[in-house]
Amino acid sequence: MTQPDRPLSPHLGVYRWQVSNTLSIVHRLTGVMLSAGAVVFTAWLVATAGGPDAYLGVVGVLRSPPGVLALVGWTFCFFYHLCNGIRHLCWDAGYGFGISQARASGFAVVAAAVLLTVVFWLVVAIGNGS
Amino acid sequence: MALRSPLGRALGLGSAKSGFGHWWGQRLSAGALVLLGLWFAVSLLGLASTDYWAVAAWVGEPRHAILLILFLITLLYHSSLGVQVVIEDYVHEAPAKVSALVVNRFLHVALAVAGVYSVVTLSVGGQA
Repeated sequence: MTQPDRPLSPHLGVYRWQVSNTLSIVHRLTGVMLSAGAVVFTAWLVATAGGPDAYLGVVGVLRSPPGVLALVGWTFCFFYHLCNGIRHLCWDAGYGFGISQARASGFAVVAAAVLLTVVFWLVVAIGNGS
Repeated sequence: MALRSPLGRALGLGSAKSGFGHWWGQRLSAGALVLLGLWFAVSLLGLASTDYWAVAAWVGEPRHAILLILFLITLLYHSSLGVQVVIEDYVHEAPAKVSALVVNRFLHVALAVAGVYSVVTLSVGGQA
């Protein structure tokens, strides 16, 4: 390279931290986490096809305390990436570009993701209790 | 060669003309995943408190098997596009970048084949 000192995109150092770029980075982070989750999802399918022993091996890990913690994390990543992805699709269609709109939709996405995660695990807890 | 400026070497080449396909594929799979992902999340709620045989039977049911395969392939396609962009953004040295992009594709295809094979196995009956 003849000009190695030029900043390369994304050059995070020049941004002031605010809602919009924080949520954008979280979108990417949750996406990468969900890619890792896809490995576990596939392992779950392979184990199910492999028979009861293989299934219980994978599900045993997922039902351990660290496993449940990881599943709760993935649930949040899933709902956040889903809600914020819809926000991105709205932007792609040309809607919601105002600064106040983008801030409001950002907070709405975080609130919806937290709420959906809590509701999801409440339903699981109720199902396991009965 | 050495006499040409970096700008001179870049000018006139035009775009690679393949960026739109990536962008559109990511959006299209995102839209499909809104529906398929919500279906899968709701389905998991029903499976959370069941045993192995109920889960195996559920996956093997034709309607569920078809939706699971659709979900898995769309998910892995979307995931491979997303991870590709992350690699392109953060890995700049050519050998590491190219090998990371190749490994990314290989892993996603391997996962898709393993997952689809498993669902089909459960659907036609019998264990892998």
